[in-house]
Amino acid sequence: MDKMPKWVDIILIPFINLLLALAVSGLVVLYIGESPVEAMKIMVKGAVGSTYGWGYTLYYATNFIFTGLAVAVAFQARLFNIGGEGQAAIGGLGTALVCLALPWPHWALALPVAIVGGALFGAAWAAIPAYLQAKRGSHIVITTIMFNYIASAVMVYLLVDVIKKKGSMNPETARFPEGTFLPSAYEMAGWVGLSFSRSAPLNITFFIALLCCVLVYLLIWHTRLGYEIRSFGNSDSAARYAGIGAVRITVITMLISGGLAGLMGINAVMGDAERLVTDPVQGAGFVGIAVALMGRSHPPGVLIAGILFGMLYQGGGELEFEIPAVSREMILVIQGLVILFTGALDNMVRIPVEKLFQRIRKGAA
Amino acid sequence: MDLMMILQILDSAMRLATPLLFACLAGLVSERAGVFDIGLEGKILASAFMSASVAYFSGSVWIGLLGGVAASVFLALIHGVASITFRGNQLISGVAINFLASGTTVVIGESWFGLGGRTEQLVGAARFQEITLPFAETLQNVPVLGPIYYELISGHSILVYVGLAAVVGTWWVLFRTRFGLRLRAVGENPESVDTAGVNVIRLRYMAVLIAGVLCGLAGVYLATGLAAGFVKEMSAGRGFIALAAMIFAKWRPGYALLACLLFGLLEALGNRFQNIDILGVHVPVQFMQALPYILTVVILAGFVGKAIPPRAGGQPYVKER
Repeated sequence: MDKMPKWVDIILIPFINLLLALAVSGLVVLYIGESPVEAMKIMVKGAVGSTYGWGYTLYYATNFIFTGLAVAVAFQARLFNIGGEGQAAIGGLGTALVCLALPWPHWALALPVAIVGGALFGAAWAAIPAYLQAKRGSHIVITTIMFNYIASAVMVYLLVDVIKKKGSMNPETARFPEGTFLPSAYEMAGWVGLSFSRSAPLNITFFIALLCCVLVYLLIWHTRLGYEIRSFGNSDSAARYAGIGAVRITVITMLISGGLAGLMGINAVMGDAERLVTDPVQGAGFVGIAVALMGRSHPPGVLIAGILFGMLYQGGGELEFEIPAVSREMILVIQGLVILFTGALDNMVRIPVEKLFQRIRKGAA
Repeated sequence: MDLMMILQILDSAMRLATPLLFACLAGLVSERAGVFDIGLEGKILASAFMSASVAYFSGSVWIGLLGGVAASVFLALIHGVASITFRGNQLISGVAINFLASGTTVVIGESWFGLGGRTEQLVGAARFQEITLPFAETLQNVPVLGPIYYELISGHSILVYVGLAAVVGTWWVLFRTRFGLRLRAVGENPESVDTAGVNVIRLRYMAVLIAGVLCGLAGVYLATGLAAGFVKEMSAGRGFIALAAMIFAKWRPGYALLACLLFGLLEALGNRFQNIDILGVHVPVQFMQALPYILTVVILAGFVGKAIPPRAGGQPYVKER
């Protein structure tokens, strides 16, 4: 069978899938009696119509790039990590503990330590499901989901009983010391003489997310470990035959995956909230699944899909504000449809497109 | 702890086990035919929402039941189309269904009721009422057996008894009928079934649809029997716990009942003892709430023996040409 041109596989098909998902979402909007076109306009304008919109869009995108990369790395080894939500929450805990541990003099000192803290905690939360999958064959999909629930119980327990700020009614830690405040987009834009919205939560973590995209790309395609991860994903029996240890690769891949998810805490906890609350993740761990699927588990794809979902989240927030009849959960519907069309129903589009290209080739030949 | 208290906890365990049981049997039928079903959770949620809404609008819980089952079957069909017809990844399809359900139930619920994702409270005939079995009241005063009959066995809604019947029914269909034999064969070795001239695709669709109906009943019971209406995210991981119970039961209906009862008991204990001290150590309430999830992991970790899933599970069937 003739192969399709590469751009069809990585651009055209995901694009058609996305259009289908949006079309069905439009039907849902139509059903609840609102205009999908109007809704789309509000979303696009809200997401990219101002520096304020961009500030939120890219802030969300930063979260989604971390969780998306986490899922993508695991996908490369054919492991389905649905535990990004819990790993990111525990990563946020690690970040918060670092921030609260010392009276940090400057963010440039606090940031690297917080990165290590967040990644370590996230990785630790992925370690048990990874070990159980590798050693005992426990289904990693179910164990990681269970660890999400357990993580949320742990977070509530810690914030209600253990590390709550004294005298506060809310389950949250004290505000972090000022030396941990990361430069916001407003400040960074000021360094180069540009103006940017003051209230948007976008901060320097966005660049860490970009750096992570590059590092993951190098890891997966330009290192020995990445090669082992990919071969294990393609065929675990062949990988084993080539001397690649299944247990080792499963655990290492999941540690990297959990660590990436844990880094989300840098953005949401250290960069934005500047304190730890019970649910710092707000569903971003699950968005990572959609982002990784749309991005075909490739870092550049994850970056683009992450920004797209950032637009969706920010635009969706504006949509709820402008048209109260459309609730915020509309985003979940779109997310589900994107996962359905790009992930599970991929062949529905792929097979006809492949046939079409075969016919074109034959016509040309 | 006296007999009465034990009976109350067991009674509550029975109720809490019922949605798990339906979902567990749903997963069991589907996986026996070789189709993984991570989307149980979403189907429970969609069915809970639809049954509560339809029961509220129609005033009849039975019409609500039909609505709930229809919603679950609809999602099951999507899963079938994605994973059987288009040979997509069954796990991904299930995850998509879970998101779709948690989104649409709130978006549509908000548009119908405007209560932030809740439905109106169900009263009277819009809910499944508890039924008292014959002689339960007259025998109530017989020592020991009387209260057991009255508290534990009698006084549940009809769906609890349907659930128990479904265990027997599932066992009978899977292990005593030709259809069941073929269905299990499709999950183990679809090529051989195909060679024998039986339609693999059709059998798998049947399994997925049966799972849809069973899973629908789980949601119906959750919203109209256990609770009096739908609340956002009310399935609370039951679909996944049901999967763990299924693995624990090694894909056998009778053991599925025991596994679900165990999880039901755990949840009942967690509800009853919000604050307890074990050996002088205070156990936080969050730990009690997380207990079913922790036990699920422990069970999956295989501390209870090796569980071997149907061999062709998760693989789309491609007919040779």
